[in-house]
Amino acid sequence: MLQHMFRSASRLKVLAAVPLLLLATACDRVVFDPAGDVARQQRDIIYISTGLMLLIIVPVMVLIVVFAWRYRRGKGGTYDPNFDHSTALELVIWSVPLLIIIVLGALTWSSTHLLDPFRPLNQVATDQEAKAQVEAPLRVQVVSMDWKWLFIYPEQGIATVNELVLPVGRQVRFDITSTNMMNTFYAPTMAGMIYAMPGMQSTLHAVLDRPVESQGYSGNYSGHGFSHMRFKLRGVDDAQFGQWVAAARGSGKALDLATYMELVKPSERVPVMHFAAVGPDLFRRILERCVEPGKPCMSEIMAHDRQAGGGHPHEMRPGAGMPQGRDSAPLHGDKPEGAIFKSPEERGSGPNVTKPANPSRAPGVTRPGDQKNRDMSAVMPMAHPSAQPAANA
Amino acid sequence: MAQLEQAQAAVDPTFHLVEADDHDHETGGATLLGFWIYLMSDALIFAALFATFGVLSTSYAGGPSPREIFELPLVALNTAILLVSSITYGFAMLAMERGAVRTTQAWLAVTGLLGASFVGIELFEFGALIAEGATPQRSGFLSGFFTLVGTHGLHVTVGIIWIVVMLVQIGQRGLIPANKRRLLCLSMFWHFLDVVWIGVFSFVYLLGMLR
Amino acid sequence: MPESSIFKTIFGRLTWESFPVHEPILLVTFLVVALLGIGIVAAVTKYRLWGWLWREWFTTVDHKKIGIMYIILGIIMLLRGFADALMMRAQQAVAFGASEGYLPPHHFDQVFTAHGTIMIFFVAIPLVSGIINFVMPLQIGARDVAFPFLNSLSLWLTVAGALLVMVSLFVGEFSTAGWLNYVPVANLQNSPGTGPDYYLWALQIAGLGTTLSAINMVTTIIKMRAPGMTMMKMPVFTWTALCSQVLAVAIFPALTGAFALLMLDRYIGTNFFTNDLGGNPMMYWNLVWIWGHPEVYVLVLPVFGIYSEITSTFTGKRLFGYSSMVYATVVITILSYLVWLHHFFTMGSGASVNSFFGIATMVISIPTGAKIFNWLFTMYRGSIRFELPMMWVVAFMLTFVVGGMTGVMLAIPPADFVLHNSLFLVAHFHNVIIGGVVFGLFAGMQYWFPKAFGFRLDDFWGKIAFWGWVIGYWVAWTPIYIVGLMGTTRRVNHFDDPTLQPWFVVAAIGAVIIGIGILGFVMQIAVSIKNRDKLRDVTGDPWDGRTLEWSTSSPPPAYNFAFTPRVHDLDAWYDMKQRGYRRPQGGYRPIHMPRNTGTGVILSGLALVLGFAMVWYIWWLAALAFVALIATAIGHTFNYNRDYFIPAGDVERQEGERDRLLPAEA
Repeated sequence: MLQHMFRSASRLKVLAAVPLLLLATACDRVVFDPAGDVARQQRDIIYISTGLMLLIIVPVMVLIVVFAWRYRRGKGGTYDPNFDHSTALELVIWSVPLLIIIVLGALTWSSTHLLDPFRPLNQVATDQEAKAQVEAPLRVQVVSMDWKWLFIYPEQGIATVNELVLPVGRQVRFDITSTNMMNTFYAPTMAGMIYAMPGMQSTLHAVLDRPVESQGYSGNYSGHGFSHMRFKLRGVDDAQFGQWVAAARGSGKALDLATYMELVKPSERVPVMHFAAVGPDLFRRILERCVEPGKPCMSEIMAHDRQAGGGHPHEMRPGAGMPQGRDSAPLHGDKPEGAIFKSPEERGSGPNVTKPANPSRAPGVTRPGDQKNRDMSAVMPMAHPSAQPAANA
Repeated sequence: MAQLEQAQAAVDPTFHLVEADDHDHETGGATLLGFWIYLMSDALIFAALFATFGVLSTSYAGGPSPREIFELPLVALNTAILLVSSITYGFAMLAMERGAVRTTQAWLAVTGLLGASFVGIELFEFGALIAEGATPQRSGFLSGFFTLVGTHGLHVTVGIIWIVVMLVQIGQRGLIPANKRRLLCLSMFWHFLDVVWIGVFSFVYLLGMLR
Repeated sequence: MPESSIFKTIFGRLTWESFPVHEPILLVTFLVVALLGIGIVAAVTKYRLWGWLWREWFTTVDHKKIGIMYIILGIIMLLRGFADALMMRAQQAVAFGASEGYLPPHHFDQVFTAHGTIMIFFVAIPLVSGIINFVMPLQIGARDVAFPFLNSLSLWLTVAGALLVMVSLFVGEFSTAGWLNYVPVANLQNSPGTGPDYYLWALQIAGLGTTLSAINMVTTIIKMRAPGMTMMKMPVFTWTALCSQVLAVAIFPALTGAFALLMLDRYIGTNFFTNDLGGNPMMYWNLVWIWGHPEVYVLVLPVFGIYSEITSTFTGKRLFGYSSMVYATVVITILSYLVWLHHFFTMGSGASVNSFFGIATMVISIPTGAKIFNWLFTMYRGSIRFELPMMWVVAFMLTFVVGGMTGVMLAIPPADFVLHNSLFLVAHFHNVIIGGVVFGLFAGMQYWFPKAFGFRLDDFWGKIAFWGWVIGYWVAWTPIYIVGLMGTTRRVNHFDDPTLQPWFVVAAIGAVIIGIGILGFVMQIAVSIKNRDKLRDVTGDPWDGRTLEWSTSSPPPAYNFAFTPRVHDLDAWYDMKQRGYRRPQGGYRPIHMPRNTGTGVILSGLALVLGFAMVWYIWWLAALAFVALIATAIGHTFNYNRDYFIPAGDVERQEGERDRLLPAEA
């Protein structure tokens, strides 16, 4: 149905495209030059809705100017001080916008369901006829960290930081979560954005339909390293993808627990990294906030909560009742104490660090990865032992 | 009378009020309406807190669940105390209508004492929970519980302070219109807290015990 | 400073580090502010104005003076907020590729947070409150608002909030968590500094003021209309003010609640919005946006009222479709409560939920569109005088429809997936807030200034202000729309893609042009004050107005109306003029008025101290301020002597003076 709508509205598209394209010519206009089917449909919706609305906006703007000019004082327009009601006009001014909104509402309802990011695509490319057979989507697990992106390819058993390489023409299912902040996973050439939230999983289905070199980033402010929280997006053919996976596997360094614990600390401008091996369970444990040894997983906590009182009734300690070996406090159970419980010495100071007093001695330099760096400017680029230049960068 | 006629001669009554009226300054009706609007906004704060508690009400984070920590008999006693205090406030209002200063004060004092025992029992309950380790920091559920119940308790405390202030003011000036107006506002406030408490009792305690 | 426990007990976490002595931008700002402050204090002292200021302004409960002070606060804070805007535009115009720009991320983050917070809470809200405060009681023929003391308290609480934000510029720092102080950025473990605390305390204090003010205005409109003014004879501005303030009463509790819970998280370590132990950060987003979306209508509805009044006055016609205008306002008021989720379609609430909120959002455009048509057909067959207020109206109509269109685009969830959090979104809400709210506030200030001060504003500088804003708006925001469509997101302090730079340079030029507009406005006021005798209006009705505020003198006497007007028609004053109304020449009576009080200033000062002490963990001072606050509030209730009568003789003298000035009536 949506498809039909798109086609029948092609004239509208032209109408809308004129002003929009006039505005956005000669630039790297990723939203209007999509490399993926989802992004293309989203662009078409922008065109169609703009066209529909211009049907009413343009006449209104013309009328504003015409009336303002024609009825200015002393220039001959009829003056009728008692013209303050007209049932016919009232009917028009309520019904015309209503009709347009009905059409837009129908478009909204169908397109929202069709383009729901949780819904697998039923076609890989709009213009290709061979859409009957859609293979199982490639799975990529996306983790937003402070302030970099971790991509885990569970089927390939590899992981990367700040580089996302995808085979062209194959549907991809992204499972998205975050370690601490809320970000949005956004690769504008491929598809719209969706939130990456700690302790929650969101999903996005998308596909690239031509080779592309582009960028993706977080669309949601998440702290001071946010501006550089960017990743490379490359769409390659199947053979190149295979080579790239093999190269990553050959890079040697595995994303083991120690490496992960180092990686999860706040850092910015992180270079591209490749990891040859990654635990099959890592994403689930990031999602369930129990990567750190001893921490209980969210599913375990929830199972315990569902029993509601199944544990020892007077055992209140955080982590109590959890499986053995994972019964320390949950991840932020050791979070800072509330301000009023701090002893005078613990209150610390409320520095103004708008600009570090001495950049070369800022904690970001002397103590990289320190918790306090969240509050500091000029965290130095993280030099990770496994940092490798990207294969084709 | 002559003055009024003169006024009407000078002022066109089509476009102006000429009789001396108190249209243009605060009247009792406006105060009561304004206070009622304030109560509605306060009700919305409670609505936000109820909604928050609703979201967090099963987030025990591995910690205690309602059944493990709530002492229903104690809460039932507290509910009874607050309901009775609403009735005693009603008696105070009846006495005020009769103009009986002493009786009004007596009923107000009884209401205040009942309110104080309500707050006392609530503090005792909180203290026992915290001593046991079920602190507001322990889980989302406990944060929501302490905040919702505590906000209500804070309102009752404000109500008690207000009652004390009114006792003094009635003592000083008697049941003048300004004081009557204040007692009416306080009455709305007190009954409002009663209604909120019924919500707290059923939504937090009873529903919690059922979970 | 030694980290000894005694110092910590006395000063909390306030240390030498808290003062930005190493930061030239802040130091210069501080010096300028300090010099200006010293200058003003010296001037006030020299001309012995302290007593006058205290008696006539700080302690006043007169709604007109309170309205004017709200507007002064709004304009001062506009300068601060605009300085932040210029800093952002300058940073984004230079920070490409190798250039990092001049603002480190931590400073940039504070700047955009402060800009948004200030512009909404301390510019738009005070200006709207100020105009409602000044105009509405005059329009309904009242002598004051329902609760004059509460009105003064509301103003000074807002001032205290604004002061706390300003203090954060020089002591400690402001929040970096965005204009709604989003979690998880604002959680204790992610932002242990003073920023979010400043934000929370400033906004709780100011928010209390806004809520009380809204309660006051609603009560005033319901209870204090002049006899004969039925609901459907209320001026449109009063209608929109009523809807806006009802909405404010309904939404601010959600914001207060959300902020209070975040305070509990930060101060006693509860788990409302934490990532673990059962907290839920998304709950914060829901709560603040339940406030946030209707808040747009709290601001824009009264401004729609301003446009309606001006259009009707300057076309010399009754407003077209008065009742459909009223119904449109009411419908918008109700619908605005049902759309908040469109601020986070991308959170993954599911297609049906998203469609519901998307379509609900679009439905709002129907009554809003009807309003535009009503203004349009008010111009039709009118006799339009293009004075400054009317110019702002036409600029508004042309600008706002574009913002409305982009708003509907954003309401379509799949389109929002690419436009959410992009600069397109930022351009959209600046389009509706500048093109809608700000233009309307300027129109209103131009329109009612002669009423407030008895002389018109200068035309030449007014036109500079007008063209500066209108041209500046389009130059600044068209490129932002465009880069937004290219997928550029907001709150970024450095770009990798150098092809974007020209657009940001153009946007920065646009910001400078808006700056010319703002300077033009300041100059307009200064020049008008200087030439006030030339610009004097003694009629009280310089625009040939239609509503009751134009029936009294300019500036109106403290009691507004010597006699309470009786209303027969919608445009009451126009009706009076049509029917050969003559001013009363005698028969005055004593007028009952509220007495001035300084309690509002004292309570707000204590609230400011309480907020500051809590931000800095100075518990003893906080406790002291809190106890003093409660004691002062209770003490105030023991004051029963709150009103007085203006003797009939005084009224007669003042009215007689006006009669002498008025040209002989035909």
